[in-house]
This record gives sequence, C-alpha cells and structure tokens, in this order.
Amino acid sequence: MSAVLFFIAAIGAVSGAIGVVMLRNQFYSVLALVFHLISLAALFLLLRAEFVAAAQVIVYAGAVMVLYVFVVAYVGGGEETATRSSLRILGPLLAIAIAIELCIAMLGTALKGISGKGAPYVPGFGTPEHIGRLFLTKYLFPFEVASLLLLVAAIGAIVLARRRRGLEPDAELEARYHPPRPAWTGTMAEGGGMTHYDEPPGQPEGEPVGSHR
Amino acid sequence: MAIGWYLVVSAMIFAIGAAGVLVRRSPLVILLCLELMLNAANLALVAFSRMWGGEDGQVFALIVMVVAACEVTVGLGLIVAMYRRSLPIDVDDLRELQG
Repeated sequence: MSAVLFFIAAIGAVSGAIGVVMLRNQFYSVLALVFHLISLAALFLLLRAEFVAAAQVIVYAGAVMVLYVFVVAYVGGGEETATRSSLRILGPLLAIAIAIELCIAMLGTALKGISGKGAPYVPGFGTPEHIGRLFLTKYLFPFEVASLLLLVAAIGAIVLARRRRGLEPDAELEARYHPPRPAWTGTMAEGGGMTHYDEPPGQPEGEPVGSHR
Repeated sequence: MAIGWYLVVSAMIFAIGAAGVLVRRSPLVILLCLELMLNAANLALVAFSRMWGGEDGQVFALIVMVVAACEVTVGLGLIVAMYRRSLPIDVDDLRELQG
C-alpha cells in the first residue's frame, strides 16, 4: 500500500515538475506547480512529516501560489517563444547530467540507512507538538531570524512594487478636495470683500447662481 | 519504501528545475523553477530526517520554506516593477548589466 501511494505521488510530483518547464502558457505552469506541490505533500506524509505536509499545502499551494496567479494576471502572462540560444539544447543535457550525478552521489554513499525504511517510528514523530518544541528550544535563533527575514522581504516587496509617482501635485486629487464652485455663493471671504471677481454681483432677484450641485 | 527512492525523486525534481531555469525565458517561470529546486531540497531533507529518526531535518525544511516565500515575494515585486516601467518581461532582452 505504501509503495503504491509512493509511486502515485512520485509520478505526480515529477510530471508536475515537467509540466512547469514544458507548458508554454504561464497560467498552466503555475497550475502544474500547484499539482506538484500537493503531490510532494503526499510524499511528506509518507515520510511521516505531518506538519511539514500541512504547511506545504496551506502556505505553498495556498498562499504563495495565489500570489503567483495574481502576478501572472497582472503582468498578462501570454505564450512565450522558445529561447534562441544554444541553451535550448544544452539545458536538458545538463539537467540529465545533474540528475545522474546526484543519483550516483546519493545512492553511492555508504549510508546504510538509504536502503532501509528509516528509523523505527516513535509516536508523535513530526507532529506540530514536537516541531514546535524544537523551534522554541533548540532552534529558537533560526526561528527569530526567519521572522525577521519575512519582515524584511515584505517591506522590500512594497518598496519595489509601489507606484513611483513622487510628490508632484495630483490634479485629480486636488479637484476632489477643492471642488470648483461658482462665484458669489456666500463664502466669508466674499462677504469680507477679500475676493475680487471681474463683474459685480448681479441683480438679487435673478436666478441663484449655482444654488445646487 | 526505501529512503533511496525518495532521494532519486528529489534528484529528478532538482534536475528538472535546473533545466527550466536554463531553458525558459520568462522570469516568472524561472521563479517557479527555483521553487522546484527548493522543493527537491526539502524532500531530501525530510527523507534524511526520516532516515535518522530526528525532526531536525523537518525544522530545516520549514526554514527553507520561509526563505522560499521571501524569495518569491521579492522576485514578484521585481517583476511588477519591471512591468510598471514597461521593460520587457524576458531575461534574454534584459541584458543591460552584461557590459
């Protein structure tokens, strides 16, 4: 059962990764990455990392991917043309070389645990309780540094993506705060004679000038 | 399943991500491929954590996820800034720093 689940999740993860690279439409690339992340969360569950799997689905496949979708929609992701350089042939070759080399490097080590199923399972392994205890005792400093890093990244993103309009007066905003009004509609400045119009006030029995908006 | 299988899957995902960074031209998809590589590293970390029976690898994987979220935020901010200045969203055309 575990083997069947592993192969389903592994095929899903690898095909999702291939889809991210091969699909021309950027929206489909993002959706393929969501599929890849959810398959990867299944692999994490098989490795008994419950909290990491939950965080993967909620934070990654939920929040980060929504950010991607928003930016693709904002920028207007269209079809991109293939690169013209020689990387188009060299890239996949290099990737195959890296994959083979990594497999040799990791499987060729003398680690005995690689061919086994892992350490014996202790109850509570990978639960939020254990992870949280580690974060607040042994790894308190990395935890705080991570929170600081998130803060800096949030501020940096705001600074990078804001509108650089500067301090020049905005005509539209000015008109909204000081709407133009017709003359002699009874302000104190007019009553005190501090504003001077070209023509004196007309006959009082005429129609009121700009009595309502 | 043996731990080695997970490591093989991790190596494949990492290689696919590296190929994507080299082949694709849009910076958005390059960021997605960076995510692929970070996730491959996460899978290897969690697999080793299972192998040793300690949770330290999982803590490391969570920190990697935080760093990936920061990278995404700043990268997407850069892409939005490029779009606002009506620069081409294409790494082959953005070669001002090449000298």
